[in-house]
Amino acid sequence: MIQQIDYFLIAPPLVLALTAGLVLLLDAFLPARPRTKTGLGLLTLGGVLLALGFVVAQAVAAGPARSTFCVPPHLAGGPGRSAALCSYVVDGFTLAFAGLVLVAAVVVVLMSMTELAAGAIPVGEWHFLLLCTLVGAVTLPASRDLIMLVVALELVSLPIFALTAMKRYDGRSSEAAVKLFVVSVVSTAVMLFGVSLLYGIAGSVYLSRLAAVFAGQAAAPGAVSGPGLPAVVTVGVVLVVAGFAFKIAAVPFHSWAADVYQGAPVPVAALLSVVSKAAGFAGLILVLVTGLSGQAATWAPIVAIVSALTMTAGNLLAMRQRSAVRLLAWSSVAQSGYILAPLAVAAASGPANAPGAVGASMAYLVIYAAMNLGAFAVVMLVSRTAARNELDDYRGLALRRPAAGLTLAFCLVCLAGLPPGLAGLFAKVFVFREIVQGGAGWLAVVMAVNTVIGLYYYAVWTARLFAPAGAAAPSPYRPPVTAWLAVGLALAAAVLFSIAPQLAFDLTSLSASG
Amino acid sequence: MMGWISVALPAVPLLGALLLLLPPRTLRAPLGTYGLIFSGVTLALSLLLLATFDYGAAARMQFEVDRPWVPGLGLRFHLGVDGISLPLVVLTALLTFLCFVHLSRGRTPPRTPREPAATQPSGGRAGGALMSARPRALVFTLLVLEVGMIGTFLALDLLLFFVFFEIVLIPMYFLIGIWGGAGRRPASIKFILYTLLGSVVMLLGLLLVWAQTGTLDIVALSASHGAGMARSVQILAFVAIGIGLAVKTPMWPLHTWLPDAHTEAPTAGSVLLAGVLLKMGTYGFARIAIPVLPEGAAAVAPWLGAFAVVGIVYGALACLAQRDLKRMIAYSSVGHMGFVLLGFATLTPVGINGALFANVAHGLITGLLFFLAGALKDRFHTSEMPALGGGLLARMPRLGSVLTFASIASLGLPGLAGFWGEMLALFGAFQPANGLPRGLFLTYMVIGGLGAVLTAAYFLVMLSRVTHGRPRPLTTPSPTPGESPAGDAAAAVDDRLIPGTPDERPVAPLGGTPAHPSATATLAPSPADNRLESQPAGQDPGKEAPGDISSRELLAWTPLVILILLFGLWPGLLLSLTTPPVQTLLGVLS
Repeated sequence: MIQQIDYFLIAPPLVLALTAGLVLLLDAFLPARPRTKTGLGLLTLGGVLLALGFVVAQAVAAGPARSTFCVPPHLAGGPGRSAALCSYVVDGFTLAFAGLVLVAAVVVVLMSMTELAAGAIPVGEWHFLLLCTLVGAVTLPASRDLIMLVVALELVSLPIFALTAMKRYDGRSSEAAVKLFVVSVVSTAVMLFGVSLLYGIAGSVYLSRLAAVFAGQAAAPGAVSGPGLPAVVTVGVVLVVAGFAFKIAAVPFHSWAADVYQGAPVPVAALLSVVSKAAGFAGLILVLVTGLSGQAATWAPIVAIVSALTMTAGNLLAMRQRSAVRLLAWSSVAQSGYILAPLAVAAASGPANAPGAVGASMAYLVIYAAMNLGAFAVVMLVSRTAARNELDDYRGLALRRPAAGLTLAFCLVCLAGLPPGLAGLFAKVFVFREIVQGGAGWLAVVMAVNTVIGLYYYAVWTARLFAPAGAAAPSPYRPPVTAWLAVGLALAAAVLFSIAPQLAFDLTSLSASG
Repeated sequence: MMGWISVALPAVPLLGALLLLLPPRTLRAPLGTYGLIFSGVTLALSLLLLATFDYGAAARMQFEVDRPWVPGLGLRFHLGVDGISLPLVVLTALLTFLCFVHLSRGRTPPRTPREPAATQPSGGRAGGALMSARPRALVFTLLVLEVGMIGTFLALDLLLFFVFFEIVLIPMYFLIGIWGGAGRRPASIKFILYTLLGSVVMLLGLLLVWAQTGTLDIVALSASHGAGMARSVQILAFVAIGIGLAVKTPMWPLHTWLPDAHTEAPTAGSVLLAGVLLKMGTYGFARIAIPVLPEGAAAVAPWLGAFAVVGIVYGALACLAQRDLKRMIAYSSVGHMGFVLLGFATLTPVGINGALFANVAHGLITGLLFFLAGALKDRFHTSEMPALGGGLLARMPRLGSVLTFASIASLGLPGLAGFWGEMLALFGAFQPANGLPRGLFLTYMVIGGLGAVLTAAYFLVMLSRVTHGRPRPLTTPSPTPGESPAGDAAAAVDDRLIPGTPDERPVAPLGGTPAHPSATATLAPSPADNRLESQPAGQDPGKEAPGDISSRELLAWTPLVILILLFGLWPGLLLSLTTPPVQTLLGVLS
């Protein structure tokens, strides 16, 4: 049997994969010189930008959703059904997520070039692993069957273990890598078990078929007893949700976040908090809203409770932190809770509400990515001079380095959701509205209280930026231009979303309708 | 047509703030005048607004601008002015401008010569000292604050209102947290936590209104008078929005952030906090809570009135117990805002008119009082009333008389601005709107009247402590009469700052006071010496004594004094402006 493959559709991951191979080869054969380092970084950047270009091209050539890797018509049992059984679909949702991941990746690559310039980390491997992660992150939102979802998700996770451990001879880094590895493998196992149960019931791995079966529109081959679906479906759903909850660091699977973020190099922490998280959410949205919308009665309350617990735990833990990266780690856990909240009501009020809720989640994710990357970029700058990277190291930053200090202040205010950081405010308002309209008033109240808790630690950190500096002498460190590019890019995105938040909503509502 | 003024009003200070972000250091030299220019242009714009406002149609929104901003959220950039917001916009522009006038004072001499550097951290900071500590950031902060304040009064879209309402918080936080007094850190954190918690609850209420009606436009929502919302929803939304506004106002049980914030804030911060920020809370009641949710307002009004009355009495009693002048004025704000809330709670045109009047009057009077308290603190490095000693009228006759004037205005002497608002609010409580329990409101009126008496009491006590009496040397502790001939200024300052001793100096000057004025003269610092000798001789201070009102201060305070007199003698000026919109916004109720 011959498969028709639409190479234009799979161009973004393909470009990234080829670049990854090229980087590895060049690293092996080129002499180890500083210029090579920069060259490899630029090559990686070029690959990411090319992939981004393909995503933009696909978006410009917008039309109905296009798909490839489909089950051939004669196997699917009639031409009418082949359209529904595809593994790789490019629609608005895919493009929005791929675009988000790749733009975030540009910032992360720029940050990496700054980090790698210090030496001590092998450059070729770093960029190779980074690109591998991106291949997974770009493939994942396009995946429309369970196997491909799991494979893509592992492709996102596996290189990150290695990246975390890249700071060789650093005990904390190795510990973080092992912790991440163990947690991630357990979560994968849990999720695979859930996936296998779902497959066993539905007899198909394709999400569209799963949706039909679990909504009761098609017969369930695996269900032998009685007309309804067996209780094991609930177990499967819960296990799948649990598996994704690990990836997005939701309660009760959140405890790895702070240690891993702190141990890993800062660009990897940024990668974890944005790209890996976006991939996790993409998978979660696909599985829950696309595949299991019929089982919303099971997962909606779970998601709501997990969301409430996640934001609460993240915020409470963040309040007591002294280390900047740990604080950002817990705050990003809390933000996961906010992103999760609309999903809890996505299916509660019928399918008509689902695009809006998913749109709200994605808008929040997009805006969160901008502001969080900005914060991480500045944190990385500071980490070059203050190894311990504690909050007290930020005292007077706005006076020592006004550009960095003001950027960080703006990003923190955005994360807190206060004017003038309108991006964060509107993201939260969008989420609020979805929750209130979805009828989950209690979740809105929990989120309101959490927002206030969050304001506290963001405000305290921000205030420290403007506090009179201690005895710390101005450091001679001059950050390379790539660092400023990373900071500037993230800041520009955050400012843009503050002035015209409509952009984020347009991007994502386009995706939700697609 | 004239909508550009509405846009320009917040845009001018914003532009000024943004220009400060640009790196060139060329701006550093004229920084004092820089803020003055931008706030002056804003003031001029607001006066233009005042001049071109169509007074025949005060109920109608004028100078409207209505553009879509975030269609995905149904958020519109909708600004406009009517009779309710016009006085507040002008008040904001005026007070900000006067704050800059106050700050530019002492710019030429970087630090007043007679204040040693050692005293700097313990007391509040003088305007000049403020400008010497990070002037650029200070001007930036104040300009951003002005953007938020003016925008709040102009906004006609619920979310836009919220955005401006919130913009104010951060500059205020920094104003207290960076340029505040000794206990500024906890005060600023308390301020921001309280107001943020209130804001988030308010946001929930606004979103509830939005979810129920599908629109965010205040004009449309007010015109529909709560149509489309069930009574229970209205009550819920009113309580949520009311809590957010009540924190800012502040209403009695939610007021505890206020005294700390006021006491620790620098003078400009206190003035703007009392003069404008508190008005944002009450303005929200008049603009959003009552017109948009009339049924909710009617249901909650008795409670609102109860809290308001408790606030009046509590504020007055707390004032009686205060030793710190700034803290006392802060608590007096709680009482005055109680009158404003009582006026709103009556839901009658009379009561709401009174509330709006009291609102503006309080902004003028308390603004002036805080300017004065700041001036006293600059001179004596303390605002503890016992430590200030008595006899301000004798020592600094001009400052003392302005303080007396402001206090009398604040306690509600007929003929000054403070009187009409409170009288109308109480009068409204005499005959509350239909459907409200009249007996209850009569009780409120009686208690409120008692509160007014208490208000007079504490202000008079304050005056007797500070302005009256014989001018004692500030430093003399009772047991050690002024025998030391070497009364050097440094020792005097040190003594004054010992926190324990003020408690030992009661209101009544006991026998311990120096028997003969010569001892006083020797102890007092030399400039005071001059004045004390010249004062009985007649009105011939010769040159401007360093202690009394400087010309800058005079410049900053005169407009307030004039306006207090004007509104006191001619209340119809303001009432004619607010009556038509109040009648429309109450449309269904009355």
